[in-house]
Amino acid sequence: MDKYQTFEYDVIIVGAGGAGLRAAIEASASGAKTALVCKSLLGKAHTVMAEGGVAAALRNVDSRDDWKVHFRDTMKGGKFLNQWRMAQLHAQEAPDRVRELEQWGAVFDRTKDGRMLQRNFGGHTYPRLAHVGDRTGLEMIRTLQDKGVHQGLDVHMECTIRWLLKDGERVAGCLGYQRESGRFVVFRAKAIVLATGGIGRCWEITSNSWEYTADGHAMAMWAGADLIDMEFVQFHPTGMVWPPSVRGTLITEGVRGEGGVLLNSEGQRFMFDNVPEMFQGDYAETQEEATEWVQQVIAGKQATVRRPPELLTRDVVARAIRKEVRAGRGSPHGGVFLDIASRRTAEEIKKKLPSMYHQFKELADVDITTDPMEVGPTCHYMMGGIRVHPETQESTVSGLFAAGESAGGMHGSNRLGGNSLSDLLVFGKRAGEYAARYAAETSSLGEINADEVQRVTAESLRPFDESDGENPYTLHEQLRTVMQNLVGIVRTDEDLRSALGKLEELREQTAKVKVGGNIQFNPGWHLALDLKNMLDISEAVTRAALERTESRGGHTREDYPGSDDEWGKVNNIVRQTDSGIEVFREPLPEMPDELKQLLKSE
Amino acid sequence: MAEEATVKIYRGDNDSGELVEYKIPLAPGMVVLDAVHTVQAMHAPDLAVRWNCKAGKCGSCGGEVNGKPKLMCMDRMDKYPAGEPITIRPMKSFPVLKDLVCDVSWNYEVNKKIPAFKMKDTGGEEPKFSQEEADRVQEFRKCIECFLCQNVCHVLREHNKQEEFAGPRFFVRAAGLEMHPLDDENRLGLLKDELGLGYCNITKCCTEVCPESIKITDNAIIPLKERVVDEFYDPVKKLLRVVFPKS
Repeated sequence: MDKYQTFEYDVIIVGAGGAGLRAAIEASASGAKTALVCKSLLGKAHTVMAEGGVAAALRNVDSRDDWKVHFRDTMKGGKFLNQWRMAQLHAQEAPDRVRELEQWGAVFDRTKDGRMLQRNFGGHTYPRLAHVGDRTGLEMIRTLQDKGVHQGLDVHMECTIRWLLKDGERVAGCLGYQRESGRFVVFRAKAIVLATGGIGRCWEITSNSWEYTADGHAMAMWAGADLIDMEFVQFHPTGMVWPPSVRGTLITEGVRGEGGVLLNSEGQRFMFDNVPEMFQGDYAETQEEATEWVQQVIAGKQATVRRPPELLTRDVVARAIRKEVRAGRGSPHGGVFLDIASRRTAEEIKKKLPSMYHQFKELADVDITTDPMEVGPTCHYMMGGIRVHPETQESTVSGLFAAGESAGGMHGSNRLGGNSLSDLLVFGKRAGEYAARYAAETSSLGEINADEVQRVTAESLRPFDESDGENPYTLHEQLRTVMQNLVGIVRTDEDLRSALGKLEELREQTAKVKVGGNIQFNPGWHLALDLKNMLDISEAVTRAALERTESRGGHTREDYPGSDDEWGKVNNIVRQTDSGIEVFREPLPEMPDELKQLLKSE
Repeated sequence: MAEEATVKIYRGDNDSGELVEYKIPLAPGMVVLDAVHTVQAMHAPDLAVRWNCKAGKCGSCGGEVNGKPKLMCMDRMDKYPAGEPITIRPMKSFPVLKDLVCDVSWNYEVNKKIPAFKMKDTGGEEPKFSQEEADRVQEFRKCIECFLCQNVCHVLREHNKQEEFAGPRFFVRAAGLEMHPLDDENRLGLLKDELGLGYCNITKCCTEVCPESIKITDNAIIPLKERVVDEFYDPVKKLLRVVFPKS
């Protein structure tokens, strides 16, 4: 009897969030025999937690918007490190991808004349985010899920993929285990799309769920694929800080988009004093102007004054909050205050931000219609990821594609809110389309190396045989502490080097990690296996961060506080070589002149 | 010393199992899911539980806490009497795979029976509808698929009508499609014949447990029942069908 089950497909999609679902829909619509493999139940992936909206220049609310402005905002938000072609395709195609969702049954909030409503968000010049209250992700995932299910694609739920199998230079399949039975399974496929999301479980304070253990990033790197921009991790400025149970849980940027203001313990709106040079002149300079803007927006008018500085990009706001707390002007539990109660009526708050209201009421005993929230930065999103071709989403390994958060390049050094939901639609579709095309052009499945399968399954089972190793939960806590303290929002050479040493110690302990019980639905065992991904990708982040001796977007170096023009011309590429995880510099692709002009025009 | 709590958690599968008692330190604001995670980290790394968002948005962590169906991530420990053990069991109406994890695959099979959204022909025009029309279906589309309503519905829980009855979750789903201003499909025959809408005798148990406060019975099930009656039992329509059988 085979020790593992084998399935054969044209295209395997790993991950069933927005990017994976969108890729699967496209691949199966193209005629490829497609399966979706996901770690949780269908419909529970991280996309379900996305709150604020999906960014697309639909021009329903402000006719001054178009793809060019969206492109410029995105590049500016990423501090110009973005792969320009991805940012361009994204801005151009997002409106069609969002309208398509409506054709598939999504019900977005409406304008007065019955069209999709769009809201303001950080870094976006005009109201651009189509949304459903503060549960946009749920609407999107359910719409995609139903579209996919009724299109007839296979779904393998609660199955974790651990390893990519290659035949020579091309991908030939992947190996994983069924979470419930613990049995191993091999998927043979002509093309594989990784849509595995992010890496946030490497940090202590995070908005990310248990699933975000860097699986796709790690598997791609082990398979020889390049990773890009790995030093850029987004700390969302507004996570909950109290009580401990919910520390890190996300508070949507929509609160600020709806007029919410940030205050320190002295009651001061500190964001006015934190406008970086590149954004000087773009934001309101007085409270009156900011209030005027909110009133115009609420009234459904095109704003004629500048937006409040609370709507600066996330990297800027997160750093400003950290600064206030460090200067002793924080809230009682180490954050700052986010106040919407004094800006909007209770009824409006409950209508526009229902789950925020519910979340604070139930979990923090705070009524946000009367009292301010306490907020602080939380690890939220990985800008870096698998390096892909901007049009096809193929990685540097033949037949291996990536989309969504697991792919890199689109957001440069900092992502704008709302651009991830549009990213996963635009590039999910492209990945599915080109993976199906690749499969169609490939005559046969690649060969699976049985010895490799045997080796990886044996390694995976080893924690059951260890007798005096460490508990996986303890090791995970230690990893998260290292990354939080030494590779967090603000970094130094000394801290990063210290982190590398500690990661090495943890790697030695992880080699002997011990688990009890049996292979059936055993979370301790699952975590023990995930530790390897997280350790390797934590090292990739740390090495890239050590290399980049400047501050830019999500990467802030206390020892190199300014941006450096030379560093503005290169991306860091991370690759696993015979000597370990290494960082290489790669010049940014040359941007066409007409796009350069766009970036200059204001 | 931190305060301590005692939790009794079901350990086992569908055939056999028992409540196992664990002691854990309490922290401010702790929810039942935190308690389960603490037990995993301190005492039982192989304790099986599903969870994702930990903020009431994904519907993964449904269970029965002191006999009441709950999302464990939204259920505060300090709402239970201090010093008394808290009992945590898996949802009763589904087969237990292991510990707190149930086999909910039946729900996914039911969903496949409900025809997907079918876009009306708008003649190439941009689809338009009002926020009021959106509000009506957005209530149903809030559903996070925790399946707690399926768990408490007596048609499923006591009478095991899984073959003939779709359950409240899928009446909500069907309502979200049937009342969608742009949908052009008719699911009323299906609701009547295959999804067993008639079995529901509106006891509202589902509405009571819904963590999203969807008025399942009043806003989804009763209006669907009315539509079915109008479609199939309206005497005028019935007569018309006899006279014009193809209409």
